[in-house]
Amino acid sequence: MNIYADNAATTKMSKAAIDAMVDCMNNTYGNPSSLYMIGQRAKEKLEQARAEIASVINAEPREIIFTSGGSEADNQAIISAAENGRKRGKVHIISSAFEHHAVLHTLGKLEKNGFRVTLLPVHSNGIIDTGELEAAIDEETCLVTIMTVNNEIGTIQPISEIGEICRKHGVPFHTDAVQAVGHLPIDVKAQNIDMLSASAHKFHGPKGTGFLYVKRGIPLLNLIEGGAQERGKRAGTENLAGVMGMSAALRESVQSMAAVKEHVIKIRDYIIKGLSEIPHSALNGDPETRIYGNINFSFEGIEGESLLILLDRKGISASSGSACTSGALDPSHVLLAIGRVHDVAHGSLRLSLGEEITYEEADYIIKSVKEVVEYLRGFSPVWSDLIAGKKEYIL
Amino acid sequence: MALYSDKVMDHFINPRNVGVIEDADAVGEVGNAKCGDIMRMYLKIDDDIITDVKFETFGCASAIASSSMATELIKGKPVSEARKLTNQAVAEALDGLPDYKMHCSVLAQEAIESALENYENKS
Repeated sequence: MNIYADNAATTKMSKAAIDAMVDCMNNTYGNPSSLYMIGQRAKEKLEQARAEIASVINAEPREIIFTSGGSEADNQAIISAAENGRKRGKVHIISSAFEHHAVLHTLGKLEKNGFRVTLLPVHSNGIIDTGELEAAIDEETCLVTIMTVNNEIGTIQPISEIGEICRKHGVPFHTDAVQAVGHLPIDVKAQNIDMLSASAHKFHGPKGTGFLYVKRGIPLLNLIEGGAQERGKRAGTENLAGVMGMSAALRESVQSMAAVKEHVIKIRDYIIKGLSEIPHSALNGDPETRIYGNINFSFEGIEGESLLILLDRKGISASSGSACTSGALDPSHVLLAIGRVHDVAHGSLRLSLGEEITYEEADYIIKSVKEVVEYLRGFSPVWSDLIAGKKEYIL
Repeated sequence: MALYSDKVMDHFINPRNVGVIEDADAVGEVGNAKCGDIMRMYLKIDDDIITDVKFETFGCASAIASSSMATELIKGKPVSEARKLTNQAVAEALDGLPDYKMHCSVLAQEAIESALENYENKS
């Protein structure tokens, strides 16, 4: 059995997206900046896609900037807000401890350049406290950037409340919505979102394509200088085929969103129930307020990379917050942020389900994970100390 | 390209000398759960010859494979020879490890050193 359960890493492209890209590459090769007809036809396609993407999040077409993906969008949004702030003497940014590295590393760089950064705690359930957010805002705050859905544990942040607080205090609000767009309804006007980052390959579109929504009136800084594409805010000939693929994928994801959620959430909870039978294991992140496809578990006494490789041999593609999967020394900063100690953060497993998941596959996943965890515990010195009573269980 | 050599995969999937020696003459342990790697080696030594060796490892595939290979390399060997085991020898016997996994072979070398030290302190 082959089960792809790493949809938070990337998704399989939809047929609609591939068709749209192939059609574009075959028939619309013009440069959207050229004035002759084939160029203008390309421009028209680009603008249609922009309008369609904008409508999905209730934005205006001119508020959408096409980028190379979520990381570029995060960088541009944060650096722009920071520089706008600095001009007015505002050098404080609020974010959360478990943001994506595209956000955290950008903030780290700003910190070296004189900004103050407050990373809000995300508590054991993986959700920020809006009271703590409001308390952290001061006269120097020039940006709040909080992700919509966490990429590792899938917890959904109170975006509407955050937007309301930011509006009340006159602070721009950016959200990294890479794991949310195409999966959750988003309305930038109703939710008071000033900037939002999205990535096409997380909703069955192509890699290397994404967008940044920037509310009209918020000044944007260029990361890439050159031509006047994207209203002068992002130089370089547009990735037209990529944008066509993104737009087709998003259209389909939004149309099927409710049905997909209804189906996947049942299977997710079924798998969570099954994996909870493994002794000394725990679900990471809030069981309710989480994106429908995400499962993240810690298993005591084992290490995540060996778990992943053995699952891969059984045909299951998944991911882990273990340090060994990335070559880093520390395990996932997300798991540490929700208070998991190193010992059990290394033994984590993330399954992010796709819409095609079946109960038969769910049973196979549960059975395989149980087998592999039991096998690895069989020769783990940590586990043998735990069962011998030489050490206290953490989970 | 696969992450690991066939040899690493073989020793990870079918680790040799896994387990515990209840009446071991020496036990060594290195690493900690915080870093994500712990290796424990059990030795049975007769007349300065390592007659049996078993290991328990908490860690990634290359840590498990390095433990397994290290036990193979010292089993049946005199203590003096086991003392000379290097991490490079473990890594080479596995047909190489990715750079960022070389520390797994270092841990295997250290686990054996730790067990041999335990033996020498006892005798």
